[in-house]
Amino acid sequence: MAEPQRARPKPTPETQHFWDGTKAGELRLQRCDACAHVYFPPRPFCPSCASRKVSVFKASGKGFLYSYVINHRPAAPGFTPPYAIAVVELAEGPRMMSNIIDCPQTPEALELDMKLEVAFEALDDKITLPVFRPAKG
Amino acid sequence: MRKNQVAVVGAAETTELGVIPNMSQLQLHADAALNAIADAGLKLSDIDGFATAVETPQQVCHYLGIKPTWVDGTSVGGCSFMLHVRHAAAAIEAGLCKTVLITHAESGKSMIGKAPRSIPADSLQGQFEAPYGVYGPPSMFPIPVLRFMKTYGITHEQLASVAVVQREWAAKNPRAMMKDPITVADVLNSRMIAYPFRLLQCCLVTDGGGALILTSADRARDFPRKPVYIMGTGESVETPMVSQMETFNSSRAFKTAGPLAFKEAGIAHGDVDHLMIYDAFAHLPLFGLGDLGFMPHEETGSFIADGNTRPGGKLPLNTNGGGLSYMHSGMYGMYALQESVRQMRGIAPAQVPNAKISVCHGVGGMFAASGTIVFTNER
Ligand SMILES: [Zn+2]
Repeated sequence: MAEPQRARPKPTPETQHFWDGTKAGELRLQRCDACAHVYFPPRPFCPSCASRKVSVFKASGKGFLYSYVINHRPAAPGFTPPYAIAVVELAEGPRMMSNIIDCPQTPEALELDMKLEVAFEALDDKITLPVFRPAKG
Repeated sequence: MRKNQVAVVGAAETTELGVIPNMSQLQLHADAALNAIADAGLKLSDIDGFATAVETPQQVCHYLGIKPTWVDGTSVGGCSFMLHVRHAAAAIEAGLCKTVLITHAESGKSMIGKAPRSIPADSLQGQFEAPYGVYGPPSMFPIPVLRFMKTYGITHEQLASVAVVQREWAAKNPRAMMKDPITVADVLNSRMIAYPFRLLQCCLVTDGGGALILTSADRARDFPRKPVYIMGTGESVETPMVSQMETFNSSRAFKTAGPLAFKEAGIAHGDVDHLMIYDAFAHLPLFGLGDLGFMPHEETGSFIADGNTRPGGKLPLNTNGGGLSYMHSGMYGMYALQESVRQMRGIAPAQVPNAKISVCHGVGGMFAASGTIVFTNER
């Protein structure tokens, strides 16, 4: 029997560019051409001013640890507890849920406001997840 | 909406609460509804308006044999019933119906006749939250806590005291699931669930239900029970994704719904005799006290830890024991409403002496939605 798998995202027409980006090693966000608002998750219009003129751009991949839990139980399929479920605030403004890699999953190691940088974890040949690690330097 | 034009004239929970392995979720709805109808001295044929969440109105109406002319299937999580009260009051005032039945039931523990909750892989939650290991409310609801603690200087001990104080209330309530006294140390030594929260800071998982019956305040005088008037109401939604809240320092939905209800009721915070804040997890009363404007968020932790919300304190909060100690079938809002009604009728197991105004504040999802009802027993 196969090991239980971590939940796999299934892209929609509105989010396909994001998942194409992660597969190419880019974290892609959207910016409104009318009011310059940067937003996430993806959609083909600006949630701030309703303009349909929006552009996709490659984000810096830098951010900081906004908040998190360290989940002990019940663990999601494909995860070995304890593991941190984090919310990262990106340098461009939006926040996203993620995991923190290359870092002990402890309150001592996971300091709020610590600087993070994006990394990419391929789940299969279709989906690559953006995750974050402590920033170097 | 004009205040005190609509009243609760029937209120009841399911005959049993806790573990009810001999009843489906649909039958729990019926059990609560029949108890509320008996409480109001009505017949099923008197009901012309109906509201429920998760189950559809058609499902429950057909099962009960109700033929409504107004229905509301608003389903925004555990505070859906606060929204139903608000919508029902507006519908009664507008003349769309005369007598509304609102039901909630959930086979949360026994899982009989209950569809499992699932997150579609192509939803935004399925794409941008589920892959990171969220798995049920305990892994999601506490995600804002560490940021809230850092911003306002809230301590782990203060967050543990929420569970301790509510257990004191539960000890006075024969229907509460958990009645044995606990200490801050007990809470901080209980099993880790999702740091920073431990078992005793997370809600119970039980079976049960409840129902309310509302009619116009003028008709309410002729009912057997003391009418409980709807003085003020508020509602809002923010986001189904906890990661996408505007801030973790407060809840936008709380900050919208709460003040709306206070404004409509025309009351100040000092007028509130009794308060319910939906406590699926221990941080919710702190968010609620701050977002509803009772005090700055910085003071919420010490306010509870210092005993101000305990029996005999100046602001009695979650007097049934709350979702942490009374019961929590998954959508607790109905039980908070039931306790407010009991307090306003003067029949609560831990009755607050001379309470005249009760505020009942609910949350749906992980800060996704909110509803607030202000009740009074004086017109
Ligand atoms: Zn814009």
